[in-house]
Amino acid sequence: MREYAVVIIGGGPAGLAAAVSAAEQGEKEILILERDSELGGILNQCIHNGFGLHTFQEELTGPEYAARYIEKVRQMGIPCLTDTMVLDISPEKIVTAVSPREGLFQIQAQAVILAMGCRERPRGALNLPGYRPAGIFTAGTAQRLVNVEGRMPGREVVILGSGDIGLIMARRMTLEGAKVKVVAELMPYSGGLKRNIVQCLEDYGIPLKLSHTVVNIHGKERLTGVTLAQVDGSGRPIPGTEEEYCCDTLLLSVGLIPENELSRGAGVELNPLTSGPVVDESFQTSTEGIFACGNVLHVHDLVDFVSEEAAGAGRHAVEYIRGKRGQDICGKHGQGTALAIVPGAGVRYTVPSILHPERMEETVKLRFRVRDVYRNCYVTVRAGEKQLLRRKKQILTPGEMEQAVIQAEALAAVLPQETITVSVEEV
Amino acid sequence: MEKRILTCIGCPMGCELTVELKGSEVVSVSGYTCRRGKVYGEKEVTHPTRIVTTTVRVDGGAAPVVPVKTRGDIPKDKIFACIRALKNVTVQAPVRAGDTVLRDAAGTGVDVIALKDVGC
Repeated sequence: MREYAVVIIGGGPAGLAAAVSAAEQGEKEILILERDSELGGILNQCIHNGFGLHTFQEELTGPEYAARYIEKVRQMGIPCLTDTMVLDISPEKIVTAVSPREGLFQIQAQAVILAMGCRERPRGALNLPGYRPAGIFTAGTAQRLVNVEGRMPGREVVILGSGDIGLIMARRMTLEGAKVKVVAELMPYSGGLKRNIVQCLEDYGIPLKLSHTVVNIHGKERLTGVTLAQVDGSGRPIPGTEEEYCCDTLLLSVGLIPENELSRGAGVELNPLTSGPVVDESFQTSTEGIFACGNVLHVHDLVDFVSEEAAGAGRHAVEYIRGKRGQDICGKHGQGTALAIVPGAGVRYTVPSILHPERMEETVKLRFRVRDVYRNCYVTVRAGEKQLLRRKKQILTPGEMEQAVIQAEALAAVLPQETITVSVEEV
Repeated sequence: MEKRILTCIGCPMGCELTVELKGSEVVSVSGYTCRRGKVYGEKEVTHPTRIVTTTVRVDGGAAPVVPVKTRGDIPKDKIFACIRALKNVTVQAPVRAGDTVLRDAAGTGVDVIALKDVGC
């Protein structure tokens, strides 16, 4: 069996940044496994600009952002196997993969970094009534068809869900000559970034209907139209508000789900709030030596944050291998206490959700999402009853990931405690 | 006096800006809560610009299309003219990222460049 120190599952933005970071720590035996025929992952089809403002202080398109990392991976001589599908990861970190070149093969890794990304919620998850005509696509599928394969999915479009990919595709389809009639969003607020609402919808006069959903699908062979209706506070359609729209295409931008089938097989505990692995401050999962980063861990809005997180996972994986931090994880193996980081009022989840004060670096960045739109509020981080951080925020929305930085010194001063709570306090 | 209502894109706040114009002169911007809102409001009503990204056909390449962008931002009202001009462009593989695929797109003085390598 081949052996590598660090095997990275996925060659998208998370996998690439993790590989570069691990190599920068001096690790020589790194291998990236990618199922597509090229590196870059979803960035290859994200041809719009706006990537890299944090990482490179300039606005890049998706392919350009990916190229920066791919170039580094090449320069550092990190081996990558493309067209290679990982079938299984065992808790002992034996990776089973298959490719047309090599058939089925196995690799023994000392550390594995999960960087498989996420996939879109499909129609089947939505309970949409009606037949199953052609013309219903997830927004990301349409994005691939248009931007990579050079095909147009349709001419008259309705978009359900105001996630960023849906908004980006509203503009893209318009530029390619389609008529985008409306974007319907079930929630009373958009799930996408403000910038995208303005530059993808308002710029092109595309209406956004909040608190609306699709209640019927028309057409048998090909979609001929959809019925939209307004919904009440609990998401139920309000009778009498139905409106019909003629269209040949319905795009769904209704959420992303981390792709964790392989993680489950490796015995990795998943967090029901994120659908991603439970990790500690080093991005280590509940299976020793298996780390996670990027959209497989939790769904991000900005690739810059994926890169930053993945760099952390790469660095910690190398440290793990070098045994700098002992072999125990998550407080399960005796020495070292583990604090649970719990979402308090108004907070949906945090990543990480476990913190080892003895092992943490000088600071730890907590990333979290809030449940609702909050204005003029405070984000508070407490260890037990002791306040670690309180920061005023003019606005918090579920569509934008937030962060709070915990200082090791400040935390040490209030220990021992059992939990850290992140909450939103309204004034 | 003309009044224009905009949503600021500076941050998730999305402040509603009211910009008052006399001809093409900005008289006042209100509704912003930070400086970025004022700057955005002024630029957006006087000379709004965007980077345009799309794809062009590739002849004899490993992929049927290559993604492209305007090298810099162009006036917002030139977006469709730029897209139309690019519809007539087919590039020959191999393409290198950074190659110019169209010079002076739609009279904007801005070139359009490839974003990605496409082999033969």
